[in-house]
Amino acid sequence: MSKKKPGVSGRTTIGKVLHYLRKYTAGMALSLLCAAGSVVLTLLAPILVGRAIDCIVGAGEVDFAAVGVLLAKTALAVAGAAVLQWLTGELNNRVTYRVVQDIRAEAFRKLQSLPLSYLDSQPHGEIISRMIADVEQFADGLLMGFSQLFTGVITIFGTIGFMFAIRWQIALVVVLLTPLSLLVARFIATRTYSLFHRQSQTRAEQTGLIEEMIGNQKTVQAFCHEQEALEQFDEINERLEDCSARATFFSSLTNPSTRFINALVYAAVGLAGALTCIATAGTVNPFTVGQLSCFLSYANQYTKPFNEISGVIAELQNALACAQRVFELMEQPPQSSDTDNSNLPPVKGNVSLQDVCFSYTPEKKLIEHLNLQVHAGQHIAIVGPTGCGKTTLINLLMRFYDVDQGVIAVEGEDIRTVKRSSLRRSYGMVLQQTWLKTGTVRENILLGSENATEEQMLAAAKAAHADSFIRRLPQGYDTVIGENGCELSQGQRQLLCIARVMLCLPPMLILDEATSSIDTRTELRIQRAFDRMMEGRTSFVVAHRLSTIRQADVILVMRDGRVVEQGSHEALLQKNGFYAQLYNSQFAP
Amino acid sequence: MKKLLRFLKDYRRDSILSPLFKMLEALLELLVPLIMASIIDRGIGQGDTGYIVRMCLLLAALAVAGLACSVSAQFFAARASAGFAARVRHALFAHIQTLSYSDIDRMGTSAMITRMTSDVNQLQTGVNLTLRLLLRSPFIVFGSMIMAFTISVRSALIFAGAIPVLSVVIFAIMLWCIPRYKQAQEKLDGLLRRTRESLSGVRVIRAFCREDKMVEDFDSQNESLTRTQLHVGRVSVLLNPLTYVIVNLAILLLIHSGAIQVNAGTLSQGQVVALYNYMAQILVELIKLANLIINITKSVACGNRIEAVLETGGEMTSPQKMPRIGGDTAVAFHHVCLRYGRSGADSLTDIDFSVKPGQTVGIIGGTGCGKTSLVNLIPRFYDVSEGSVEVDGADVREYPLNALRRKIGVVPQNAVLFHGTIRENLRWGKKDATDDEIYDALQTAQAKSVALEKGGLDYVLEQDGANLSGGQKQRFTIARALVGKPEILILDDSASALDFATDAALRQALRALTPRPTVFVVSQRVSSIQHADLIVVLEDGVVAGMGTHESLLASCQVYAEIYASQTRGEGTQ
Repeated sequence: MSKKKPGVSGRTTIGKVLHYLRKYTAGMALSLLCAAGSVVLTLLAPILVGRAIDCIVGAGEVDFAAVGVLLAKTALAVAGAAVLQWLTGELNNRVTYRVVQDIRAEAFRKLQSLPLSYLDSQPHGEIISRMIADVEQFADGLLMGFSQLFTGVITIFGTIGFMFAIRWQIALVVVLLTPLSLLVARFIATRTYSLFHRQSQTRAEQTGLIEEMIGNQKTVQAFCHEQEALEQFDEINERLEDCSARATFFSSLTNPSTRFINALVYAAVGLAGALTCIATAGTVNPFTVGQLSCFLSYANQYTKPFNEISGVIAELQNALACAQRVFELMEQPPQSSDTDNSNLPPVKGNVSLQDVCFSYTPEKKLIEHLNLQVHAGQHIAIVGPTGCGKTTLINLLMRFYDVDQGVIAVEGEDIRTVKRSSLRRSYGMVLQQTWLKTGTVRENILLGSENATEEQMLAAAKAAHADSFIRRLPQGYDTVIGENGCELSQGQRQLLCIARVMLCLPPMLILDEATSSIDTRTELRIQRAFDRMMEGRTSFVVAHRLSTIRQADVILVMRDGRVVEQGSHEALLQKNGFYAQLYNSQFAP
Repeated sequence: MKKLLRFLKDYRRDSILSPLFKMLEALLELLVPLIMASIIDRGIGQGDTGYIVRMCLLLAALAVAGLACSVSAQFFAARASAGFAARVRHALFAHIQTLSYSDIDRMGTSAMITRMTSDVNQLQTGVNLTLRLLLRSPFIVFGSMIMAFTISVRSALIFAGAIPVLSVVIFAIMLWCIPRYKQAQEKLDGLLRRTRESLSGVRVIRAFCREDKMVEDFDSQNESLTRTQLHVGRVSVLLNPLTYVIVNLAILLLIHSGAIQVNAGTLSQGQVVALYNYMAQILVELIKLANLIINITKSVACGNRIEAVLETGGEMTSPQKMPRIGGDTAVAFHHVCLRYGRSGADSLTDIDFSVKPGQTVGIIGGTGCGKTSLVNLIPRFYDVSEGSVEVDGADVREYPLNALRRKIGVVPQNAVLFHGTIRENLRWGKKDATDDEIYDALQTAQAKSVALEKGGLDYVLEQDGANLSGGQKQRFTIARALVGKPEILILDDSASALDFATDAALRQALRALTPRPTVFVVSQRVSSIQHADLIVVLEDGVVAGMGTHESLLASCQVYAEIYASQTRGEGTQ
């Protein structure tokens, strides 16, 4: 997995997040300003309402003029608070979504420049989850943190300020009692964390079993394994029920307990307030019923930001953890730059491998001191049992990987000194694992040469023997294939890939012959298309077919990732080595 | 959804007690503003300090009682929902074990996995929240209004006006946003797909130097996602300011009408404060209620999907009694036709042949010609549409399913192994197999050396046998089928990842088994089946030829063509 580099601490992650936020400084500043304004106005409203209540003392003792003025002021404060609230939300949305968009775009660009050695070594699901799920989590955390952390803090300080301004003694009661709810919330949170952890672990264990058994339900039934599977499942299920009930219960205690503390604070404020009312009645600075009502509404609201903040902090921590995972991806060293390299001279098809050594991991040596001279137009067959590492050679020829030692040269130029694009454009590649992008058939054929005309494209499809089946598709060349699209057979997919190469037809070819799962007739077509492409072109063919192998100029015999023999068919048979053994076993009884 | 409620049966007591306690708590909460009103009117108004202290102690007592109520409610709700979910999961898992292959095909395994995991989890959350909140929130909302009516009818009318307006605003905004959130989610899925595609196709993309184009494409989708998110965001941020304005407008009206009533002597100052407090409570509860309803809708949808799974199946019956067996044919197909589900065309048409015990049958043909369908009929993975399949002279439909399948060893097309030791995996074929029996099977399957190399039978295979190569996996699956010494062995294209030498050695070892099983070999490779006693050539579900290698080469054009394509070059020189 990704190694944790020294220095990638939480703080630097925050620094990096701030770096992305820099573009939006103005928006953020404005948002903070609006939030502060809306909080102040929101807190002002209960005070004004309180004053209005003070003007409503009893029968015949109502100062209607004053009530009217105060209510008008309240209305203004409320309207102002609402507008500012809305503005804050809108600004926060913009900043958050745009930042996330930036991060995703950069991450995707990064993917395109990462070396294959990295991409091959990482599970794709892992990379995808970093780019999609983690960024999404980060967005949620950022949005929440942004809108709630700041307003929460202002609300707390604003409330304290207003309360102290009205009557510090009662304010003290609130300020001293409310932290209790924080303590309780924290106590519960730490207790529930381990319970939740156990729940998600058990859940993961069960999901694993479900995926395995239900995912392979047919095998389970074929071997009459249903009862065992169910017993195994029930054992986990019981444990899950138990820890799920515990986790749910403990986590759901947070609300009642904070509500409880809140109610206690409310009672305390009521007590202190009412007593102060009586004690200060008739003095120059009386504590009024209106002020008491204002305090009561503050007491009701006061714990809310505290609870939210503890939630927000957890969310922010989570968001930072997610951000860090994204940044880890973005900080992977990219493949070496080739912007200063020149293009290849016109390629005729001369390739040479001189003393090439390569291995994926230092412990396991693969290709050692491989020498091979390929002249323009020669055909090289690569043969060997499945999984013998035939793709390694393709990786090196296309410079998906760099050699550890030695030189691969095309037309005498070390391929490391030319632009990757110019090297890769001179190869046409058809792999057995066909890859088609989601899109129309046309888009897929045009993948290598966007500017080709319709006639050229049709000609290529015909030459690849793909035209007839494409025409039979529901929308012909405009049929959408790929996910949620039209299903193509393995053979048809390969024909499309051939058409793609046929259209740009570079001077050199890398082909991967199909082994099985293609029906005979399609296979004949593919073979014919291959033959046609290979005419006069330097070709490297991962070969399974005797005809291809026997007609090759050089046969590279691979075993366990290494090139063990090299030579023509006759020479290799005479040598009576691994190739001869392979060749003979094919038609042995 | 209704039928799922039977899984709550064991928790009937909990599911009644939980909402009851919640309501009790809400009732206590509703009393608070009233008590505060009397503190103001009687305590402060008459300077009665003792009364104030007593009432505040009462408030504290109410808080304690409220806590006790809600903790009990949470406890019962958690227990009921967790137990409910566990029972639903058990029922689902057990039910899926009884589904026929056709049902599994129709439903799709990934859908079933989703039903069992995220759908059940959502259902559990839904049940939990419903028990806790469904009664509480409306109770507080309407309770507040009723309390307002007891204080002053005139003021209560403001409540009666405010509540519907608030509800409409809250629900309108939520209803508008939910489908658009879904749209945003779909666009996010689009991004995910593009990312996955750019990884799975990285070699092709780089070979064609298409990196820039991929970035361009990603950027436009990314922009479109952001636009949708902003679009939804613009409306959803209206929720808080709008409800805030409405509630405060109602409060202003309350104070205004309060002022008039107090002046007239029909209302006290403390009661105005109480009305003010009730109004403040309503907003919070209405928003909770709206969220709850969304949650419940989701849960009901999940529940319906789960119920649909529980209601499928049962079309394949398994008799209890063994049929009478005998005769000298191991397997016989009598004019068999097979049609899958609702598809219009036959997948197999009029298949008719019989095989003697110990014979080897090769089945060959292009992709999709019906080879796998044919062998799947022998262990009765599917039922024939017409005709019959007999094993040992008895129709497969007369066997108890387990008894039939124990006679047959199946090596499926894609080699599936499970997380566990080699021994555990091999014992799938025979529950009580000894190590010797296991090694014998491994030997025949050419997998003994692999097992020894890995460190013996205790070597732990990862899920899907991820720590084995394709060929090794295939050999282990073959060994698994052999452990039970089946009378009939079905190899469904199961040597495709083996090199020719291993394939040949495997065939030789199978021939040497005693007693010799009847073997069906499905393959695309002539070399794998050319030595079979009987070769069945299939094309589009119809038998295109039947016989031995030599006779087919002479008489069957399809077979000759296949043979030629695989050995091209051999004959011409």
